Amino acid sequence: MTAVTLNGVPFLLIIPVLAAAILAVLPGYRLSASLNMAAAFLALLAALSLFIQKPPPSPFILVDDLNIVFVVLNTFIGFTTSVFSASYIAHELEIGRLTPVHLRFYHAMYQVLLFAMNLALVANNIGLMWVAIEMATLTTVIMVGIYRTEEAIEAAWKYFILGSVGIALALFGTILVYMAARPIVGEGQDGMVWTVLIQHVQSFDPGLLNLAFVFLLLGYGTKVGLAPLHAWLPDAHAEGPTPISAVLSGLLLNVALYAVLRFKLLLAANPAALAPGPLMATLGLSTLLFAGFMLYRRRDIKRMFGYSSIEHMGIIVFAFGMGGPLANFAGLLHMTMHSLTKSAIFFTVGHIAQVKGTQLISEIRGLTATHPILGWSLVLGVIAIAGMPPLGIFMSEFLVVSSTFARVPLLAIPLVLGLLVGFGALLLHLQGLAFGEPKGSTAPVEASYLPMAGHLGLVFTAGIYLPPPLVTWFQHVASLLG
Amino acid sequence: MTGSLAYDVAHLLAGGLVLISFMLLYQNRLYALLNVFALQAVVLALSVAWQAFVQAAPHLYITAAIALIFKAIIIPIALHRIIARLGIHREVDTVVGIGPTMLAGIALVALSMVLMLRVTSEADWLSREDLAFALSVVLLGLLMMVTRGNAVSQVIGFMSLENGLILAATGAKGMPLVVEISVAFSVLVAFIVIGIFLFRIRERFDTVDLEALDRLRGDQLRRWQG
Repeated sequence: MTAVTLNGVPFLLIIPVLAAAILAVLPGYRLSASLNMAAAFLALLAALSLFIQKPPPSPFILVDDLNIVFVVLNTFIGFTTSVFSASYIAHELEIGRLTPVHLRFYHAMYQVLLFAMNLALVANNIGLMWVAIEMATLTTVIMVGIYRTEEAIEAAWKYFILGSVGIALALFGTILVYMAARPIVGEGQDGMVWTVLIQHVQSFDPGLLNLAFVFLLLGYGTKVGLAPLHAWLPDAHAEGPTPISAVLSGLLLNVALYAVLRFKLLLAANPAALAPGPLMATLGLSTLLFAGFMLYRRRDIKRMFGYSSIEHMGIIVFAFGMGGPLANFAGLLHMTMHSLTKSAIFFTVGHIAQVKGTQLISEIRGLTATHPILGWSLVLGVIAIAGMPPLGIFMSEFLVVSSTFARVPLLAIPLVLGLLVGFGALLLHLQGLAFGEPKGSTAPVEASYLPMAGHLGLVFTAGIYLPPPLVTWFQHVASLLG
Repeated sequence: MTGSLAYDVAHLLAGGLVLISFMLLYQNRLYALLNVFALQAVVLALSVAWQAFVQAAPHLYITAAIALIFKAIIIPIALHRIIARLGIHREVDTVVGIGPTMLAGIALVALSMVLMLRVTSEADWLSREDLAFALSVVLLGLLMMVTRGNAVSQVIGFMSLENGLILAATGAKGMPLVVEISVAFSVLVAFIVIGIFLFRIRERFDTVDLEALDRLRGDQLRRWQG
């Protein structure tokens, strides 16, 4: 029988690279924005094709049920953000914040970023994964600094230094994993191939593995935005172009989280190694509490949502740290919902900041009166991200809390406290933003509402009805995560 | 036997790297700091070349060459010119005094020795002590980044941290992708150095002191430009 072999992975990687090369030389805003969208859409199709047929694992590429979720989410939000970016960038060109040269650069970098993230997600080799995540970091650093204002450069520099230290620690962890694997797996290529590692990990030296995991958790945790190492995140979100904030929050944090999860799986498979769960749960919980309180005194709207991303990454890491089918399921669902909601919020906030000409919360008032569609999308988005029923995040947070209650009731107290604190802060700010005395420009806005409507629609639907195939898929992945 | 010679030389070079990391900690002139860093890069290149020879792994010579040409020559010269242009060669402001920094450094080296030698008791002796030295260099690099308030010396701290990583990667016998990783790191470092130029920290912040970069922290009131 001659089955049609359909391998989506090469397309997933080649399309963004080709697009980046073309976009780097292509003049003209309209053409390049559409090409950007088209390339992102093709990558999404390539990702979806992985559902139909998974290529067999090779030493460099691995597609399994776990990373398909990440890849599809990545390419989907990559596509919707490119749609949003088209209308956002048009405005930036108009007001002269970006020159056509910068624009070419921006589009090319956007595709390189998508490529690096896809590569990190499908990499089977932990060294390759490291290189891909480093590449994603570099591209986002450049994007954050693209406006070249004093603040943007500060933010990019801070992100650069902290990100580099994180990346360096992660590399040390990667080397230690190889050292642990070498006596068992042998020298060379195999010692860094994840599928080989997971088969033999039960006989690795537990001491080395433990040490490796600590470095990996801190290193990649820096990029996830975990509490003591989060300092780059709010600045990077506030100062870069808003599409990049959306991609950072919605995708790059997930990619780093994915790396942590891969290594958590390795550790969990070795009975003598330390349990990775409690470490992750502690970091996640302290991140959640910290970010919850930090949300209150924010003056810049994008910074505020940056802190909100830290908060949610805390919840997700906590859920995966708790482990078990239910908490893992909740973690996966929360990650998906957070990515969709947060990028939708950034789409809205991007247009709001453009029309108001400021990111200061105190200067943005009464949006529902001046710009009803944007205002109400923001309301819906913030309600969703704060975790109000019946939206998707409520459901996943509810699952996290209830599984915690069932297993470690004491931990549920700080968890719920953190959730409530963050909830209060967001609603407090929303009150003024959406319903205060109208302030600032009332000029009409040329926005593309489709991406945010799509995301919020998905989040709303997920809160009410999760399609059974999706549930079984997530349950299956949750059981894989142990 | 060749075995013990291989061990002794590797040990000597790795120990030399740790020693130079300490020397980096107490330099109080930027030019001197750069020269010491260049020295460290040369020793790293020797160490990597020795590993290439001992392990009969010719691809490691590429990593050694990168360390020698890029880190011992190009980067120091580039930073030298930046320092000259910015006129900051006298300032290395230390957030913590030299004495406490050195003590902390000694503690960190002791920590990494205890940690690595205990953890890697199963691993083979050649890479085992190399790894302990590498961790010391990494931690000392971090210490330097934390105790220096100045962007150029932070960058040097980061690069010496990276030297520790390259030492660890080449010490891990037969590790794949070492060359690729060292290239990726060089790109990162190049970006940092180009960044100091392009970010125009000199023009925009008057000083490369990172305290000037801390303005974002307070969420101060500001408007969009344009």
